Amino acid sequence: MDSSRRQILKFFGISTLAMSTKPLLDAFAADPAAEGAESKETFLAGPEALKARQWAMVIDTREFHSLEDVEPLIEACHSIHNVPNLPIRRHEIKWIWETEYKHAFPMKGARFMAEELEHRPFLVLCNHCENPSCCRACPTQATFKRESDGIVLMDFHRCIGCRFCMAACPYGARSFNFRDPRPFIAETNKKFPTRAKGVVEKCNFCAERLAVGRLPACVEASEGKVTFGDLYDPDSPVRERIKTNYTIRRKQSLGTEPSIYYIV
Amino acid sequence: MLELAIRGSKKYYGWMLFLLSIIGVGFFFYLKQLDFGLGITGMSRDVSWGFYIAQFTFLVGVAAGGVMVVLPYYLHDYKVYGRVTILGEFLAIAAVVMCLLFIVIDLGQPMRVFNVPLYPSPNSVLFWDFIVLNGYLFLNLIVGWNVLEAERNNVHYQAWVKPFIYLSIPWAISIHTVTAYLYAGLPGRGFWLTAILAPRFLSSAFASGPALLILLCLIIRKTTNFDPGREAIQTLAKTVAYAICLNVFFFLCEIFTVFYSQIPEHMDHFKYLFTGLHGHGAYVPWMWASLALMLLGIILLVNPITRKNEGVLAVACVVIFAGTWIDKGMGMISGGFVPNPLHEVTEYIPSVPELIISLAVWCVGFLVLSALYKIAVSVKEEVGT
Amino acid sequence: MSNRKGVIIGIVVFLAVVTFPFLYNRGKAAPAPEVELTEKAKAAKQCVRSTDYMQREHMKILDLWRHTVVRRGERIYVNPQGKEFNMSLSNTCLDCHSNKTEFCDRCHDYASVRPYCWDCHIDNPKESK
Repeated sequence: MDSSRRQILKFFGISTLAMSTKPLLDAFAADPAAEGAESKETFLAGPEALKARQWAMVIDTREFHSLEDVEPLIEACHSIHNVPNLPIRRHEIKWIWETEYKHAFPMKGARFMAEELEHRPFLVLCNHCENPSCCRACPTQATFKRESDGIVLMDFHRCIGCRFCMAACPYGARSFNFRDPRPFIAETNKKFPTRAKGVVEKCNFCAERLAVGRLPACVEASEGKVTFGDLYDPDSPVRERIKTNYTIRRKQSLGTEPSIYYIV
Repeated sequence: MLELAIRGSKKYYGWMLFLLSIIGVGFFFYLKQLDFGLGITGMSRDVSWGFYIAQFTFLVGVAAGGVMVVLPYYLHDYKVYGRVTILGEFLAIAAVVMCLLFIVIDLGQPMRVFNVPLYPSPNSVLFWDFIVLNGYLFLNLIVGWNVLEAERNNVHYQAWVKPFIYLSIPWAISIHTVTAYLYAGLPGRGFWLTAILAPRFLSSAFASGPALLILLCLIIRKTTNFDPGREAIQTLAKTVAYAICLNVFFFLCEIFTVFYSQIPEHMDHFKYLFTGLHGHGAYVPWMWASLALMLLGIILLVNPITRKNEGVLAVACVVIFAGTWIDKGMGMISGGFVPNPLHEVTEYIPSVPELIISLAVWCVGFLVLSALYKIAVSVKEEVGT
Repeated sequence: MSNRKGVIIGIVVFLAVVTFPFLYNRGKAAPAPEVELTEKAKAAKQCVRSTDYMQREHMKILDLWRHTVVRRGERIYVNPQGKEFNMSLSNTCLDCHSNKTEFCDRCHDYASVRPYCWDCHIDNPKESK
């Protein structure tokens, strides 16, 4: 009948079978309103799109010493994604932010730690886990792990705002729009949508930039302090950094397999 | 039978109007919430569920508690419960209605609620909760209505109702198990990550549900010509007594594991609730009060002398209802979210509009309950049991 | 039936209330709206699909677009003629149809639909705020 049925078919992964059964499927999804035989439309990822099996990030925390070092990264992210700056802390929305070691890695600290390390700003964001508990919890698949590159994404059109994902996330990476965010966006990036009240949001690993061949905004702003690449490509820059440095991940004992690695 | 609900005394109409007026005020605040967003509540980025979900969790228990009269009556043919079974089933209906309302008002995008059946996600516990709660509502409607109608017509209920009755028994257990699984399967929330959560939920449900039922029976006896029967009330009281003992026992099991192991990720939540953490302790008096109330309830109900005195019994039921309400409502939600996954403390205090909206939902529940009980009691008076 | 009178009055009142909007507006149909095309849209001659198709199916195509972009990460739409488009409401649709008020809103107002697209998507990508 229409595109939505086609969507559902695709959604259940039947599209993988479509190669062999395409004529049948086409007949099934035939669109009487379409322009006859030429109604074939196709979708492409775009020629410059960056591809990976699982995007990952390595943050070299040794290179970040003060708030001035992390602020440009946070600002880059929040400004291009129209992340609002809400006056009440309760309603705060953040995609990437800085915190101290003891909050980024609770229960993992040493006693009498070096003061420099104790107060070093640690960037925290969605871990784009390989085994994400938030996606398991979502009752509508509004948050899902994208098969093609492992990014944990939000479908804001579908989110019902139940906030189960916020309870399920062990990293506190998710924010909820407790009110209309628009009045609190200082300067709107017109190329990117805002969110409506009542939906959950979080870091999207700059899926919109990867699609046009650009690295995530925070990576670009970090001037080499943050590395980004495919975890499953042995020649990728992240693999190089993980191989040559001792890295830790947040709460790795929970089995969520976070994709953000920290060099401490 | 529905006509019985709209034919009543002045007192009945007055009571219904009173409830409706509170519902009206609550609805006004809900419209404000729809317009502004959930920001009018006290919830935050760190404590992202609050009073609404707490009420929901507690009321699932009250709904499941109905099985404590259904099971002995239908499965063991315990005749004494013949008079109260319908009251238990109708209480379950009212409680499930409240549960569903509390879920809907907690949604950020309530108009999209049908995305849940539209995109079925068997890996989500909330999806299953949606199924079991609605299923339980329909089971109780079918069973309660048919059995009562049969009674009114002086015939035995039809044979096809029987499988639904049997199904409703494990189903009652399932609604509260699934509700516990909402919490008990989340990594990184040490307070909830415990296998005893579902048993704890069920034990507190089998205390709070029947406790409320006893109170309702006493009220019905006082205000109508129908007497649910002293023996039924006394048997229910024993159920409450053992269930509340189990609930406290399970709680102590949890305390042992958490504090003997000394694992901070599990311990700090209890510390926050019972002693305060990093200078934050809004719930400390509430939690100790809850524990005290439950212990007082045990003393009053296990002791046969106090239990058999219906005045004391009523007090004990109020005490247990209040104790479990604090324990499983606010304690369960706030305790789970504080401290947050980054081990920071953000306290949660419900806002006034949030409380008014919640009160209105309770009033909807009591409105449904009053109408259903009016029907049930009228039928009972009619047939003169 | 002892209360026949009451029932009949009830039915009459019900019918009167239900049909009131139709009776009130009878013979006064609002004129169908004319949508305005911008110069850019006129120059392009055809939208991503034929005008007829777009008039009937634009909401479905948008739904398909959002699904494909958000959930499958494919952002390029190739129409039956082989022409490629970036699937973006604000950056592609509104690039040509930059006159949302005269284009989108007129029909939507007439049909009394309020799509919630604009709660999030920027409706004036070109104008400065």
